[in-house]
Amino acid sequence: MSQTRKELLVDPLVDNNPITLQVLGICSALAVTSSLQVAAVMALAVTTVTAFSSFFISMLRNQIPSAIRIIVQMVIIASLVIVVDQILKAYFYDISKTLSVFVGLIITNCIVMGRAEAFAMKNPPVASFIDGIGNGLGYSLILMLVGFIRELFGSGSLFGVTILQTVNNGGWYVPNGLLLLPPSAFFVIGLLIWAFRTWKPEQVEAREFRIQTVEAH
Amino acid sequence: MGMLRDFFDKFEPSFLKGGRYEKYFPLYEMIESLALTPRTVTTVAPHARSFVDMKRIMTYVVISTIPCILMALYNTGYQANGAIMALGPDSATGWRAWLVAKSGLPFDPGNPFSNLFFGALYFLPIYIVTLAIGGIWECLFAVVRGHEVNEGFLVTSMLFVLILPASTPLWQVALGISFGVVLGKEVFGGTGKNFLNPALVGRAFLYFAYPANMSGDTVWTPVDGFSGATALGITAAEGPQALANHGISWWDAFFGLIQGSLGETSTLACLLGLVFLLATRIANWRLIVGCLGGMIGFSLLLNLIGSDTNPMFAMPWYWHLVLGGYAFGLVFMVTEPVSASQTNVGRYVYGALIGFMVVMIRVINPAFPEGMMLAILFGNIFAPLIDFFVIKANIARRAKRNA
Repeated sequence: MSQTRKELLVDPLVDNNPITLQVLGICSALAVTSSLQVAAVMALAVTTVTAFSSFFISMLRNQIPSAIRIIVQMVIIASLVIVVDQILKAYFYDISKTLSVFVGLIITNCIVMGRAEAFAMKNPPVASFIDGIGNGLGYSLILMLVGFIRELFGSGSLFGVTILQTVNNGGWYVPNGLLLLPPSAFFVIGLLIWAFRTWKPEQVEAREFRIQTVEAH
Repeated sequence: MGMLRDFFDKFEPSFLKGGRYEKYFPLYEMIESLALTPRTVTTVAPHARSFVDMKRIMTYVVISTIPCILMALYNTGYQANGAIMALGPDSATGWRAWLVAKSGLPFDPGNPFSNLFFGALYFLPIYIVTLAIGGIWECLFAVVRGHEVNEGFLVTSMLFVLILPASTPLWQVALGISFGVVLGKEVFGGTGKNFLNPALVGRAFLYFAYPANMSGDTVWTPVDGFSGATALGITAAEGPQALANHGISWWDAFFGLIQGSLGETSTLACLLGLVFLLATRIANWRLIVGCLGGMIGFSLLLNLIGSDTNPMFAMPWYWHLVLGGYAFGLVFMVTEPVSASQTNVGRYVYGALIGFMVVMIRVINPAFPEGMMLAILFGNIFAPLIDFFVIKANIARRAKRNA
């Protein structure tokens, strides 16, 4: 094993973040981040599913025939997602209604599939489990950051608790309606990627094109 | 002039490479090129001699907006004075009304000086905030990224101000221009590399972020308690025939004495700007032809189809032309060379796409009575694709000919 367990856990937070570096799992990051509470539940669900699916797939990795491995992975992931969905429906019915289809869509979340293919198929179960937790936490970190910005400036609250009293409730803050619309998460995630890459310049990709300038030659 | 040149020559070395303030060269360059003609010459062939550089193009565009600016001042004051006259002198609140009253001018829409002065009191704060905040961003990026601050920002800021409602809060103006300059232009590399129109990006940001301040019936005339729908709002609700009941004739809309954003109401002022832009060959006439063709063609088609439930279907093309932001967008934004298509065939297609989309959004989408802003942004996104297909078609045609 080339990486220590601590690296497996910490690496995906910033240095190899699934959203900001690999740009995976964007769809749900756009859809569920308008309030922190929903984002937190979603982050928890994805972390759980990634960790356990990696764990089980890694346990079976020597038995899974390579030709049908995607189907087997899908069965495992889908079973876990159904469990998570049922638990949410049983204990957090309101949130599960807000998340609606996005819980079911965890099955197709690129992060879960990506970790199963890229890591769990080649590594022992415990390492895979930790890797799943790490990537889930990396996803969670971005989800919470985006949710923080969107809820604070979009509706003036955090976890539903009013921080900035809005004008409609007699306060001074005029909420920014754009942040409640899903496209705003594109801007927020884009700015986060910009910030991350300014902080860690090694994440900047090589240029595909260089604009020619007219110089003497 | 010689004195000014000497003055700059004295300070130039410390901003050049190796100088003490090398990092701040963009700021020095900005002030120098604002004051004097740039001395840069082409160093590689072909050595075309032309004075039409970026500075001149951008300055021409700013000059071409002068009729719209004057009309913005006049109409804003005219509408505000009219509202105060209708609601009584008690509605004249705020520092602007106080200043007008102090200056001895009457709140009378028939008095042009009062209109211009009152309008300027709304226009200037917005313009100053736009220049200051947008300018700070420009300089910041210029210094960090090492490119030049150029006159393109003057155009962006002027267009941005002219498409805002007069009652826009100043902090929103600051936020809008920041978004437009940073995310609409600078993240892509600055002037000439933006694929969207930065002024429209800022406006669209404000439109979606603060819809209460950017649309509706109360924002166009900045007098508390006055409610006046835009002409497009009236047609969306009651049909184009109803405009006459509201006292709006076609000529009113053409001259621009109607509700609307600061500088976009007057089709006449926009057309004056267009004549100047076409004469100086800054605007490409193919874009204008395409955009007019798309708008006229699609609105005629909708007239033919007709609708029992949607009165906008019956709106003739000559009303589409004078209402809302169509004329302003056509003259100053469709023709923007950077975000438009670059091939001649592509220019017709690009213009037609915007003309089609603006009628489509206005007539068929009930959520937006006005569609010019979204139509142009939509066209901007498609411009590179249009060029791609035009070039591909040309390659295929020539390959066939030489096969």
